[in-house]
Amino acid sequence: MTSTAPPTTPASSPKASPFSLVARHATRDNVRAVISQYGIFLIFGLMVIVASFLSPAFLTTTNIVNVIRQMSIIGLIVSGGIDLSSGSVVGAACVVAASLAQIPDRAFYPAIAGSPVVVAILAGCGVGALAGMINGLLVAKTGIPPFIATLGMYTAARGAAMLYTTGRPLSHLSDAYNVIGQGDFLSVPVPILILVVMAFATHILYSRTKFGKYIYAIGGNEQAARVSGINVGRYKILIYTYAGMLSGLAGLVVSSRIGSGQPGLGVGYELDGIAAAVIGGTSLSAGGIGTIPGTIVGALIIGVLNNTLDLVNVSAYWQQIIKGGIIVGAVVLDQRKNRGDR
Amino acid sequence: MSGEFVLRMQGISKRFPGVHALDQVQLNVRKGTVHALMGENGAGKSTLMKCLIGIYAPDSGTIEFNGQQVSIVNTHHALSMGISMIHQELSPIPHMTVAENIFLGREPLTWYGLVDMKELNRRTRELLGRLGIAVAPEKKMVELSIANTQLVEIAKAISYESSLIVMDEPTSAITEAEVANLHNIIRSLRNRGVSIIYITHKMDEVFNICDEVTVLRDGRYVGTSAIQSLSHDLLIQKMVGRELTDMFHKEETPVGEPILYVRNYSGKRFRDVTFQVRRGEIFGLAGLMGAGRTELLETIFGVHPRTSGELYLHGKKVEIRRPSDSIRHGFALLTEDRKLTGLYMNATVRDNISIANLLRYLRGPFVRFRKVAADCERMRQALRIKTPSLQQKVRNLSGGNQQKVLLSRWLLTEPEILILDEPTRGIDVGAKAEIYRLMVDLARSGKAIIMISSELPEVLGMCDRIMVMHEGDKVGELARGDATQERILQMATGLNLSTANA
Repeated sequence: MTSTAPPTTPASSPKASPFSLVARHATRDNVRAVISQYGIFLIFGLMVIVASFLSPAFLTTTNIVNVIRQMSIIGLIVSGGIDLSSGSVVGAACVVAASLAQIPDRAFYPAIAGSPVVVAILAGCGVGALAGMINGLLVAKTGIPPFIATLGMYTAARGAAMLYTTGRPLSHLSDAYNVIGQGDFLSVPVPILILVVMAFATHILYSRTKFGKYIYAIGGNEQAARVSGINVGRYKILIYTYAGMLSGLAGLVVSSRIGSGQPGLGVGYELDGIAAAVIGGTSLSAGGIGTIPGTIVGALIIGVLNNTLDLVNVSAYWQQIIKGGIIVGAVVLDQRKNRGDR
Repeated sequence: MSGEFVLRMQGISKRFPGVHALDQVQLNVRKGTVHALMGENGAGKSTLMKCLIGIYAPDSGTIEFNGQQVSIVNTHHALSMGISMIHQELSPIPHMTVAENIFLGREPLTWYGLVDMKELNRRTRELLGRLGIAVAPEKKMVELSIANTQLVEIAKAISYESSLIVMDEPTSAITEAEVANLHNIIRSLRNRGVSIIYITHKMDEVFNICDEVTVLRDGRYVGTSAIQSLSHDLLIQKMVGRELTDMFHKEETPVGEPILYVRNYSGKRFRDVTFQVRRGEIFGLAGLMGAGRTELLETIFGVHPRTSGELYLHGKKVEIRRPSDSIRHGFALLTEDRKLTGLYMNATVRDNISIANLLRYLRGPFVRFRKVAADCERMRQALRIKTPSLQQKVRNLSGGNQQKVLLSRWLLTEPEILILDEPTRGIDVGAKAEIYRLMVDLARSGKAIIMISSELPEVLGMCDRIMVMHEGDKVGELARGDATQERILQMATGLNLSTANA
């Protein structure tokens, strides 16, 4: 897509420069462009190499699968922009799905337990989509900042999840349900399949469809999108609904993986998600910038980091401090990059 | 020219809090004509156009389009009826490509429902080729120059195949050759029966391309005439009204010794600029949008880092790294965008005036509010700030009075060099005249004033010397006696770069 620009761009300076100078500038610009475009992937590669030196256990298959298993959960949450509620929506969606998937004779809600796993899946995604739609309606119709709207949902969805199970975990889930988080398909873990499929679908959705073009346009310049005849409110509601649905899906995966739907699941996921997006090059300061591949790599970086720090026995407390530093560092780099633009 | 009207706007009124932006305005545009909409800044041209395309709802009045009364609810509605607009102030979506920007909201789809990027780029290439605009469809908007950005906006408005196109200052950033090309495009559109509402400040363009002119002044309708029945002077007179003669109270004040000497200054968006300013002088900076004037002065003030150059005050070299340095050395900067970088809209008049001076009102850790109030009151009277009290929030003041509050703030610091960036943008005619009077008073009291202005009459009326910039280079300097509108425009568009540099 991003082919190198033809060198015919008219130079702004009327003074003629020696050709060699121009060429050197051009290559230096190209190098910079490559670094700013793919820098995040380079950093990821570097981290993997460093990690494998630090710990001989790193490159074993089980460990890599472990990293990606963790990441599949975070990766799903990532796609929705600023959405503080996604962690709470994970909790709400997973208890509803689990209540449907429990084995009937030991169930919390015997009347609905033992439903087909498809129903549980649809219900989990549906709860997420509903919460997301409420977020979207609040943002689009009342004009309150997304931060506030989703902060409300952050508290309310967690409360609803607690209310639904009176705070208790819902265990004894059906085997079919547990396949979502624990099963393998052609010896590939199911969560990884879900991640790959959803990442690919979302990437196409964001980069190749009208819907995708419009959400980038709204992020880049809302007023310009409006005067181009785009129904801004409708697309805002849609993107929040889609993000909520993904949170619901993450709830399914995480509850199935631990074999229990718990109202307290997903605490802090929203921040992991935002961190992964930011590290992956999504800009919080200027809208309309960011990609799914970048976000996935951002999530993988956080995962590899967690894992490496675990393996070399860094305490969990230090891990949090290091993670915080990396997030802020990523934003500092991002701002420096975008300041050059205009 | 046919007699049939494509658009009839009658009795349009629109109020904003504190301002009567439009008062019973009418605009009638004939089919297949180019209709100029003229008036000073703040006359209501943009507001009227926003009522037309559904960004604002007028408080009263009727709009007839193609003979039918319509009520336009949003821009989408306007576009679907065949009204499109080149927006002057709207920037594009920076991280999307040229093609994506032009066809935003109208993307061609493939049979399986995805956006057809190939077709999108092909159509864009064809459109730009037809209009003679040399920009690659795949380029991102951030990578374009300001002139090319404006050309893309023009192409976008034309691509809707509308029967009425509003062009709000379409030539503010492009070169003469590109203007000529645009005018050819406009002529061919007109021959196909398209009507165009053309908003501009450039007199030549009006007489060059337009068939009829409607003039607004202070939100009121002044009149509509065929272009043949008008002369330059008559048109200006209609626009400015009676203020024309006493608008600029320019007095020749004695010019003293040089205070500021800026040597070989370079920074972001400007290169190798050298100039001098003397005591008692009003020094003007003219140029098109994006010429680097604001960046130059903000760099001198210490907002941005410079890449090279030296700065001398009273012949002594000084080092300015940040605004606090320049304030200490007696600079004051009135920024271009009052709301963004100047005023605290929700704070009181008093707090806004005193904020840059709090240090000198301190006794121990406490602010001596009685002294603050006395000084603010003095400023209010000196500058004739219209406000019910010093406790009023600045938000509730008119644009002109807000500007005076900002000016008071900087005058309290007792500066030697006053930098004014577009000091009269968006304020009404009366307040403008008062700002001009103040500038003359300040110059007479021995201060040096540097003014950026995009309104040439203002530059010509107020400045003792005018420096013209073009794409970051100083093109030349004109003394008050030598400066004319045409000369400045020529230099600002880079036409006689080679001769002026000599």
